[in-house]
Amino acid sequence: MILLETKALTRTYGGVVAVSKVSFQAQEGLITGLIGPNGAGKTTLFNNMTGLDLPTAGKVYFKGKDITGHSAHKICRMGIARTFQNIRLFKELTVTENVMVGRHFKTGRNVNHGRTLTAVGSYLQMNREHQQVHAEAMRWLEFFGLEPFANELAKNLPYGHQRELEIARALATEPTLLFLDEPAAGMNPHETASLMATIRRIRDLGITVVLIEHDMKLVMNICDTISVLNYGENIANGTPSEIRGNPLVIEAYLGKEEE
Amino acid sequence: MLNFMLLILIYTGIYALMAMGQNVITGYVGLLSLTQAGFLAIGSYTTAILSVTYGWNFWLTIPVAGLLAAAFGVLIGLPTLRLKGDYLAIATLGFGEIVRNILNNWDSVTKGPMGIQKIPMVKVFGYQLSPYSKWGFLALVWVFVIVGYVLFDRLAKSRMGRALEAIREDEIAASSMGINTTKYKVWAFALGAFSAGVAGSLQAVFTLSVTPGSFTFMVSIMVLCMVVLGGMGNFKAVVLGAFLIQFISYFPQLVGLSNVIPPQFKQVLFGLILVVMMIWRPQGILGREIRGYKPSKEKGGKR
Amino acid sequence: MGSMVEFFQHLMNGLTLGGIYALIALGYTMVYGILKFINFAHGDVLMVGSYIGLFVYNFIRGEVLGAWSILAFFLSMLVGMVFSALLGMTIEKVAYKPLRKATRLAPLLSAIGISFILSNLAAWFWGTKSRKLEYPFDNSPLYIGEVSITPHQILILAVVVVMMVSLKLFVDKTRIGKAMRATSLDQDTAKLMGIRVDRVISITFAIGSALAATAGILIALEIKVYPSMGTMTGLKAFVAAVVGGIGSISGAMVGGILLGLLETFGVALLGIPYGLRDTIAFVVLIIILLLKPEGILGKAEKEKV
Repeated sequence: MILLETKALTRTYGGVVAVSKVSFQAQEGLITGLIGPNGAGKTTLFNNMTGLDLPTAGKVYFKGKDITGHSAHKICRMGIARTFQNIRLFKELTVTENVMVGRHFKTGRNVNHGRTLTAVGSYLQMNREHQQVHAEAMRWLEFFGLEPFANELAKNLPYGHQRELEIARALATEPTLLFLDEPAAGMNPHETASLMATIRRIRDLGITVVLIEHDMKLVMNICDTISVLNYGENIANGTPSEIRGNPLVIEAYLGKEEE
Repeated sequence: MLNFMLLILIYTGIYALMAMGQNVITGYVGLLSLTQAGFLAIGSYTTAILSVTYGWNFWLTIPVAGLLAAAFGVLIGLPTLRLKGDYLAIATLGFGEIVRNILNNWDSVTKGPMGIQKIPMVKVFGYQLSPYSKWGFLALVWVFVIVGYVLFDRLAKSRMGRALEAIREDEIAASSMGINTTKYKVWAFALGAFSAGVAGSLQAVFTLSVTPGSFTFMVSIMVLCMVVLGGMGNFKAVVLGAFLIQFISYFPQLVGLSNVIPPQFKQVLFGLILVVMMIWRPQGILGREIRGYKPSKEKGGKR
Repeated sequence: MGSMVEFFQHLMNGLTLGGIYALIALGYTMVYGILKFINFAHGDVLMVGSYIGLFVYNFIRGEVLGAWSILAFFLSMLVGMVFSALLGMTIEKVAYKPLRKATRLAPLLSAIGISFILSNLAAWFWGTKSRKLEYPFDNSPLYIGEVSITPHQILILAVVVVMMVSLKLFVDKTRIGKAMRATSLDQDTAKLMGIRVDRVISITFAIGSALAATAGILIALEIKVYPSMGTMTGLKAFVAAVVGGIGSISGAMVGGILLGLLETFGVALLGIPYGLRDTIAFVVLIIILLLKPEGILGKAEKEKV
């Protein structure tokens, strides 16, 4: 089943076409890779699907519903979470707090700020909620083995752990679809290997994953299906082995061979 | 001398309320608002006009003062907060000047530059608080400060506090975590305005008169200094900052040197505090509160 | 016919005022273009510049006669400009440069501190009484048809035009101008291309502050000078910069003139009470932020994700 798709999505900046009539699909329960040379429009496509940027033309559908132009927080609440190419953690907050922020809209109804102002005496309820959010956050930290760092400020984490924390924070929103923008960037082979295992574990939780990645070993290893962008256009879709043999893709990466 | 210390403590309380509001906006959401003076004026004039012209009881004017200030906060917040933070600074700076402009010119309601005199004194449990009963006033003001502190501190530790801090740290990431950033920024701004409005009410019944001249830009700068000096994002620190700034402010009179030291001296000092703190100690004297959570399962919620 | 005359009269006044706003707006927009922050002290640098110009002028006025007094005026303007340029550069070095890597809030707060220091030092040393430049020459109005224009207005417009044209030429044609544009587009890349970014920033502050001083002396001539003048003047000029499109030099010029016209016509034709004249700029700011936040000539900037 198609969980998310774009139909003829186009994004231009002035005269520059970043994404051109891309129809992208993510199948439920699979890991979809989005690859392409630098500047191919991958991140722009991500931003258009997650509400951080408005497409110039075309539509985005999630679970069959048109979500084009929805704001980022609305899209997140519908069940789409993401990470960022250049890590965007809440640097001055602790590791636990970062993940607790991810629980934000899941806890909205019980304690709202309007009540906070009026009812002085509901400390108990607040503590209960707090404990619950805290426990859930800890669960995600354990998923990544980050619990020893729980009280560290996010900015003090080693780089690889920062990437993991960003994923943990995204998972805390309980998404059905997770976008990862270059999750392995800057990781050493050892870290990358453990990341691959983690992404599989995430899929096993029933979460659909779409990832942008330049590390071909990772992409070919864990993706069930791959879409290739080049100069803003979708030039190929298929399984890893199909993509590997596709002459268009080889040309995009290596350039046309001189005759 | 004692009287003087009491005066300083009363003003510390009034300004602490404003500074806590500023702390929500600047310390938590990381936005620069330059108009606590404007909201203080709205609060003061609301109480003055309602009680002098319409004979309202002070206790009824307080919530109106707070809510009216908050409403104006939303009014400036909505167009500017959707955009980058910088515009808020300019819009609020302009707003403060315009409030004073209107107070000076709208003679039929505000009595112009002369202001409104003879504001009725407050009665607490049948006991009348004149400006000379400083102990009584001190108690009244600090009850408000303590209540304000408890509420703000709770807010800071709630999910809303976390959301505000997330917005400060990275607005784009926050919105991608499902946080409606505009809504929270407007809320924070309204809360900041509300507490300044309440502070204005208290100031009006303490001085028993209001004039446009007492709501200058300097008031906003003092409040900002309190937050920066004490420590952004820390409500205890902000109250400490309020005391220190008020102490500096009254120091020349306290030591009987007010004839020697020109009034501009302390204002230059406030300016210096902002610059020096930013360069050498941006976290303030006490620094931000870092809430560590015990990894063990004991009593999870507390810090 | 009378209303036509009135219209041109207001147009003249509006252009004069707007020209002054534009000169100040340029400083905001140039600094914002490069450092992405509002230099709150800009209005106060203007204030200091106009005081210095005023003092120099008062000092040499007694020595010169008749038509030479216009030279005295230009000389004092020059001294004011140089002084402000140095002041602007010093402020940048001391209060902003150490904060380039800090949070967004830090330089803003530091700038507000500087602004407060300058305006209060001025009040301390020079008193709070407002002053005005003595006329360099007879200011009886000339008439073009029935529209009157004072020699001072002509002087102001001439200075504004000369300043704007030279700035535009400087930024478009010279090496330093190119370096400034490159730096505002991408500081890191500019650095890699061998541009000395620190120097460019310094020069930007110098030019912006000198332009502000020019505007300050024109204000001293036409309106008046007082220690806290920087706040409102600066605020309005910033609004002008936003209206025109912050970061755009042509935008600052357009925005300044537009705001000057709106203020003049707002009072004269729309019947806005004079006491509330200052609110016009604020209302304009809110409207532009709601309708076209990037301004008339600005480009919508999007944070890179």
